[in-house]
Amino acid sequence: MIRDPIRDGLAAGWKVTDASRLERDLVLDADVAVVGTGAGGGVTAETLTAAGLDVVMVEEGPLRSSSDFHMLEAEAYPQLYQESAARKTLDKAITILQGRCVGGSTTVNWTSSFRVPEATLAFWRDRFGLSVLTAGELTPWFERMEQRLAIGPWTVPANENNALLARGAAKLGIATGAIRRNVKDCWNIGYCGMGCPTNAKQSMLVTTIPAALARGARLVCGARVDRLRLQGGRATELVCAALDPRGVHATGKQVRVRAKHYVLAAGAIGSPAVLIRSRAPDPHRTLGRRTFLHPTVISAAVMPQRVDGHAGAPQTIFSDHFLERGPIDGPIGFKLEAPPLHPVLFGMTLQGFGERHAALMEAFPHAQVLIALLRDGFHPESHGGAVGLRDDGSPVLGYGLTPVVWEAVRRALLAMAEIQFAAGAKQVLPVHERAQPYSSWAEARAGIEALPLEPLLTRVVSAHVMGGCGMADSPQRGVVGAGGRHFQLANVSVHDGSVFPTSLGVNPQLSIYALTARNASALAADLTGKAAPPSG
Amino acid sequence: MPTRRQFLRYGVAGALALTAAGIARSQPADRVYRAASGAEPLTVLGAEDRAVLAAIAPALLAGAVPERRDALVGSVDRAVAGLPPHLQREVLQLLALLGSWPGRRWIAGVASPWPEASREEVAAFLERWQFSRWALLQQGYHALHDLVLAAWYARPDSWPAIGYAGPPEVK
Repeated sequence: MIRDPIRDGLAAGWKVTDASRLERDLVLDADVAVVGTGAGGGVTAETLTAAGLDVVMVEEGPLRSSSDFHMLEAEAYPQLYQESAARKTLDKAITILQGRCVGGSTTVNWTSSFRVPEATLAFWRDRFGLSVLTAGELTPWFERMEQRLAIGPWTVPANENNALLARGAAKLGIATGAIRRNVKDCWNIGYCGMGCPTNAKQSMLVTTIPAALARGARLVCGARVDRLRLQGGRATELVCAALDPRGVHATGKQVRVRAKHYVLAAGAIGSPAVLIRSRAPDPHRTLGRRTFLHPTVISAAVMPQRVDGHAGAPQTIFSDHFLERGPIDGPIGFKLEAPPLHPVLFGMTLQGFGERHAALMEAFPHAQVLIALLRDGFHPESHGGAVGLRDDGSPVLGYGLTPVVWEAVRRALLAMAEIQFAAGAKQVLPVHERAQPYSSWAEARAGIEALPLEPLLTRVVSAHVMGGCGMADSPQRGVVGAGGRHFQLANVSVHDGSVFPTSLGVNPQLSIYALTARNASALAADLTGKAAPPSG
Repeated sequence: MPTRRQFLRYGVAGALALTAAGIARSQPADRVYRAASGAEPLTVLGAEDRAVLAAIAPALLAGAVPERRDALVGSVDRAVAGLPPHLQREVLQLLALLGSWPGRRWIAGVASPWPEASREEVAAFLERWQFSRWALLQQGYHALHDLVLAAWYARPDSWPAIGYAGPPEVK
């Protein structure tokens, strides 16, 4: 029997309110209100409660835990993901995977853990005046969070889906590396994306949030933050709408939190949206701008042997070969990884329909898939997207796929197909409405060169939303300072991936953990008047 | 107002057609509102929506599903009910468009009423939308593709044909 630390904690009296059950409005007072419980919110809550501060966390999604995680896509996507995993950009050309549950995306991510590359930090120092963000400054925070979340090398052999990336790349002289993971006693099952059923993944759900709750923090889940009430350059109240048990419609009940300080950690679409709905000052029109996605394209292959891409740790091998070939602000580079394969996501993602689609699905056990994550935000013509609001106040990201992106997409589709054939693929199929399965590298090269690269023909996805409340040295260039403090609102901070001024070029969770640990510690010191405690 | 901007930017003709068909407002929005006020409804699709899906799903799933499956339409219905209101509204608008005579006849280009449309006729319509020059129609294709394929491959009875044994036992 697997112990469920969340159910144990609830039984022990954690202060958790499911807003869907509220029969009247709820008003709470706290030192700090934290919006969101993902990588930023979780680390913030743990750090602030360790400093003795009274914290209220507000989460839009539900509280679900290992007992609820049945490894079924039909349950996981509606319960644990933003918009049932069907969130898309404004033109519907990019599908965005983000968590919406206690623990946020950390509850459903694939455990890939990287430090922000030095080249990215150097670009931020040079272009955004973030001179304090050196590797030396951040290293202790990375080390601290790596220890806290058991981030380390994965010593079990890679599953075949990942091993094929390593083997194919090696044949072509392309270097690959091993991905570090935030797991303890991992069962190597492969269902990280549906919530870890064994609590091996050291997500916020089983680490920082329980620690904060054990110290008396309060958690309100099933409540969507509507806005901050602002007065005289300060936030005075957080106003939230309680949602029905499925998290679809507002029930009409309100949750309001009055705090000395407010931390936004609602993700890079959610946090800018809260500020926009709050009519936060935006004198230089930086809010919600420069939102980056690591736009990701996909290449499927059919191998002679079984691959079983659903089984085993999902992401364990990567290649940065195509990130390191030119200057960071030159033609857009890309990172290569191999994603987990499960029937719903695989079936939805593959192009076409009818007999041809069914034939591809029959090859499911033999399918090998590579993804290329494009490093956006560095090239002078890669400005990213902008967050806006629909008529009903819900956020939507507009992201233009521009020629510099498409040029990189073609190189990425070519590179992935070549690696897959080198690894022994019988067929390679770029995920594009006009592409057919190619039987040789020569055929694939000619086919991919001729593909019309356009939105809604080329499948583009993203699981890494970054930016929109960018850090900078001045309000002309960003929304918050290097410490995460809002330039115009004295008692508002942003602690999540929205503070990154560009994309990272790596999966973002660890960089959010480390930067948040740094900034939350400084905030705790400010609010308590005491130096930050040595450990979380 | 991104919704309006979206229509303008991504398919003026489609938006005009929607309005001309007289269904861009009223009915679907009312249905979402009723769903919101009720106690946890698990369905949002009306009989006409279900008829449209019952005709379209077999073409999308040809080769995967042996015959028309009403249960599959129920799976789509439950999936739609879990979508955020703005997406529910879009899906209902799309199905209302397809269910209307001018929508089916002139925008989808399907001559027969849905229950009588052949699989080939439906597949030809899907392919026209898949490669349409109008983004709104391409978006409509993707919505149908994703809804129906996701609903099917979420069902354990779809797994034997693709060699997937389902999740392991964890105790």
